[in-house]
Amino acid sequence: MSKYLLIVLAPLFGSMIAGFFGRLLGNRLASLVTIAGMSVSALLAIITFFEIAVGNGDPVRQEVWSWIVSGEFRVSFGLLIDRLTAVMLIVVSGISTLIHIYSMGYMAEDPDQPRFFSYLSLFTFAMLMLVTGDSFLQLFFGWEGVGLASYLLIGFWFKKESACNAAIKAFLVNRVGDFGFALGIFTIYQVFHTLDYATVFRMAGTGQYPQTVDFLFWGPVHTMTLICLLLFIGAMGKSAQFILHTWLPDAMEGPTPVSALIHAATMVTAGVFMVCRASPLFELSETALTVVTVIGAITAFFAATVGLVQNDIKRVIAYSTCSQLGYMFFAAGVSAYSAAIFHLMTHAFFKALLFLSAGAVIHSMHHEQDMRKMGGLRKKIPITYTVMMIGTLALTGFPFLAGFYSKDAILEAAYAAHSTAGTFAWTLGMIGAVLTTFYSFRLIFMTFHGRPADHHSYDHAHESPWVMLGPLMVLAVGALFAGMLGESMTHLGWFKSAIFLAPGHDAMEHAHHVSAWVKWSPFLMFLIGLGMAWLLYVRMPELPGIIAGHYRATHRFLLNAWYFDRLYDRLFVQPAKLIGEGLWLTGDAKIVDGCVNGVANLCQRWAEQLRSLQTGYVYHYAFAMLIGVLVLMSLYT
Amino acid sequence: MAVQLPEMNLVLLSPEILLSLVAMGLLLMSAWSGKESRGLIGTMALSGIVLAAVVLAGLSSATPSATMGGHFIDDRLARAMKWLLLIATALPLLMSREYLNQHGLDSGEYYVLTITSLIGAMAMVSAGSFLLLYLGLELMSLSIYVLAAYQRDQLQSTEAGLKYFILGSLASGILLYGTSLVYGATGTTLFTAVANAIKTAEHVSPVLVLGAVLVIIGISFKVAAAPFHMWAPDVYEGAPTSVTAFIAVMPKVAAFTAFFRVLLEAFSALHVHWAPMLQLLAVLTLAVGSLGAIAQSNIKRLLAYSSIGHVGFLLIGLTTGSQLGHQSVVFYLANYIFMSVGAFCLVLVLNRQGIGDQISDYAGLAKKRPLLAFLMSMFMFSMAGIPPLAGFIAKLYVLMAAVKAGLLTLAVISVIFAAIGAFYYLRIVKIIYFDVAEQPFDMEVSLSHQIVLAISALIVLVVGIFPGKLLDWSLASVQSLL
Repeated sequence: MSKYLLIVLAPLFGSMIAGFFGRLLGNRLASLVTIAGMSVSALLAIITFFEIAVGNGDPVRQEVWSWIVSGEFRVSFGLLIDRLTAVMLIVVSGISTLIHIYSMGYMAEDPDQPRFFSYLSLFTFAMLMLVTGDSFLQLFFGWEGVGLASYLLIGFWFKKESACNAAIKAFLVNRVGDFGFALGIFTIYQVFHTLDYATVFRMAGTGQYPQTVDFLFWGPVHTMTLICLLLFIGAMGKSAQFILHTWLPDAMEGPTPVSALIHAATMVTAGVFMVCRASPLFELSETALTVVTVIGAITAFFAATVGLVQNDIKRVIAYSTCSQLGYMFFAAGVSAYSAAIFHLMTHAFFKALLFLSAGAVIHSMHHEQDMRKMGGLRKKIPITYTVMMIGTLALTGFPFLAGFYSKDAILEAAYAAHSTAGTFAWTLGMIGAVLTTFYSFRLIFMTFHGRPADHHSYDHAHESPWVMLGPLMVLAVGALFAGMLGESMTHLGWFKSAIFLAPGHDAMEHAHHVSAWVKWSPFLMFLIGLGMAWLLYVRMPELPGIIAGHYRATHRFLLNAWYFDRLYDRLFVQPAKLIGEGLWLTGDAKIVDGCVNGVANLCQRWAEQLRSLQTGYVYHYAFAMLIGVLVLMSLYT
Repeated sequence: MAVQLPEMNLVLLSPEILLSLVAMGLLLMSAWSGKESRGLIGTMALSGIVLAAVVLAGLSSATPSATMGGHFIDDRLARAMKWLLLIATALPLLMSREYLNQHGLDSGEYYVLTITSLIGAMAMVSAGSFLLLYLGLELMSLSIYVLAAYQRDQLQSTEAGLKYFILGSLASGILLYGTSLVYGATGTTLFTAVANAIKTAEHVSPVLVLGAVLVIIGISFKVAAAPFHMWAPDVYEGAPTSVTAFIAVMPKVAAFTAFFRVLLEAFSALHVHWAPMLQLLAVLTLAVGSLGAIAQSNIKRLLAYSSIGHVGFLLIGLTTGSQLGHQSVVFYLANYIFMSVGAFCLVLVLNRQGIGDQISDYAGLAKKRPLLAFLMSMFMFSMAGIPPLAGFIAKLYVLMAAVKAGLLTLAVISVIFAAIGAFYYLRIVKIIYFDVAEQPFDMEVSLSHQIVLAISALIVLVVGIFPGKLLDWSLASVQSLL
């Protein structure tokens, strides 16, 4: 077994052992087994990263086994590890390992730990499959696998009704996206007759495909636009982009380590990864790129506005994640794929850090998540405060921390794109940057500063155990230095063949040469946001209430996340329920059951009649026979 | 005037001759020996059948040929069917001995009559002419009439025997009349000669067709095809259960072979005439078989209707006139023997404890005797045609043949009736598994029953999963036809 294969399979082994023999092993052993599997995976991922990304190793391609052979259709399970994958590997394996360790502390009192760790490792396996795949089908396998694990983990506390609902919601909304994604893959197969990345990208690059195809009821449509838009629908679902974003905030019902791993650092970034992986396709469709840019920009702005007014500490971070994913997408949309991946990586560190710190806060507050009931915690839990501050500064783009490099790279690229969509994205991104700083520091100020709102909880607040603080510190180091160390990623050609840029798509190249004011304006936005947050939540804490009272409609609009949930409820959920009820009461109970029971009754009646013919008298039988003879004779002679 | 005797190759008749000697010997033995030797007679009868099988196996290397001036045919079809006949006689005989003992029916004549009917059936499958066909049929039928009425002191049994006899005589008359018309039209009773006469004639005479129709009706009675089925439920119910098990399988094998001979060797040129008629019979038979069973509460009557349903399927295979169809008929017959024998064996097993023949008596069997319940469900599922059991493959091949022959309507109708038929099979399973047990079900399962059940269950399961060998065998046996 090659070491690359072991990176993927080690978590699966851990998951299977913990899942099937969890009861036998007990809580502690089951978690240790999965952590062992993860550590192996992470260690090998680091080695691989040094070989391929730091060193100058060639991309690795391995065919592991023939997966499906059916007539013309062949898919093999294989590994493709280039620089893009190497970055993803270190993010996924590394952060997952840290979160496994953190979970030992966070979930210490939960009776179902083996199940939890098994799911967590299963998720990691699926995510690694997703990033190492060498064909669209394997990508899809991982894609669905992480969806399943996400569903299982959101609904981990299945006795809580809200958790079950959130799990179902996440699953259903993702289904919409996945449907588009699957159609996209079908179209790729229809056009290229293969799902293998290398072949598809080569044929796409050399134009060996029909320029237009028929799609469902639409006449000829541009092939690449169709494929990319369908794939992007999948990305919108998985990465919670505007329109399909509604599941992500609700997914916070899952345990916090899950939110950190799946709904911040890894799974939700799968969409971004996919767009970058499929850059040879996206680059061929201006329309698709524009759509990606616009949707990403809207999400970046929209989620940030909603984050301003949330009171649940996890929801604020969830909307923040949603918003940051928007940044990544519009970066990809302006062909700054390397900036998108760079931000994906740094974001994974600081967002996992923020979530886990929030988890530590929640842990220390005895599962209180409402920030209005917190305050002044800075003195009680100084370590948590410190690491969370680092995470916040990294997110908001404080100079020389992770976000400063990656977010600025995105904004510069959007500016340098010199297109309408690019400028639109830059504008919304700038506003978003102010909002990001504002809600991030609002979170810090409400939680850690000011006076304690609830003295009872405050008195019982305590620092988390070292098994939780350790991973936080490692992530804090990442949040501090990932930007500085990873900046070379944004240099042209760093990703080699993994990312393809069409001629003229040189936003990334120009981004390095924009004027100084463009480079420093994000920092200005940071200062504005910080100032506003300080003013509203430290200097004059009564002011937010007054403003909310004054602009009640706006406040409610934001608090309800632009009323998307209510809209979807009216538009889809209620009609679906009505249709379902109609099909049940009329369609099934009346028509189907009526037919079935009617036929059954008819048969029963015929049977009775047949039985009454069977009188038992020989002369009746003989008579029937002779009638039969007569009829047959007259019919057939 | 010198009478020229036809050549006689008695070797080809050796299984029949052997069985005749066994039958006569047993008759003598039962007349002169006391009660204590009855067990011996049964054993000897079974050994006689086994011996006949050995002789039959010895014949298998001989080249297929005809003797007695073409009246007796020894070809692959005849040999294959004789194998089935031997099995269809031996298995019911094996599982009946305890039943007979218990009901005081264990006299030598029972075995003698069983063997004579077997000889008649074997003559039928080897028949090369209407004459031998008729002789065989009568020998088989007369023996079975007596067997049906074997429980003399029981009103039901004598009634069954008498009904069977009267209606059977009527059918024999019709068959004989048809034969005489065929003879009148062609001047011969040999199948091959009849076929030649039809081919060389300028036009098909109506007398010949009328004769053919009557002959088909005569055989239809034997397989209990509707509307000539009405005797079946009454006889199945009235006859001793051991006899019912026997007449459910053995005569069907013989009669369907007779169909093969008559339709494909004598009347093959009249396919356009008899095919639609058989299709009509098939539809009627399927309808009666599936609908009739629904209202039944007696398991023997139910199995009677079930066998009528199977005959419907067999008729479809026959009417296709294709090799695939003929193959499917032989395959179906082979599986039908084991399904039916298995089901009847369970009826006999449970009957020992004085449990009646009512289906409701089987309620809750699964809780007390899970293995018996499982076997019963297996046979029921197989009869209903549910994979992966033999009955499924059998139905599948019949349907495939029908579809390939362009008989789509017939195929659809048969599937619909099969679905309706599945109801009563599943009802038995439901009663066995979900109803509350009223009977103690603490009977022992004797060794002979264990053997029969094991063989039937194994065949039903193995053939269902690996049908290849039996399909090949069926194909080989019908290759000489057409």
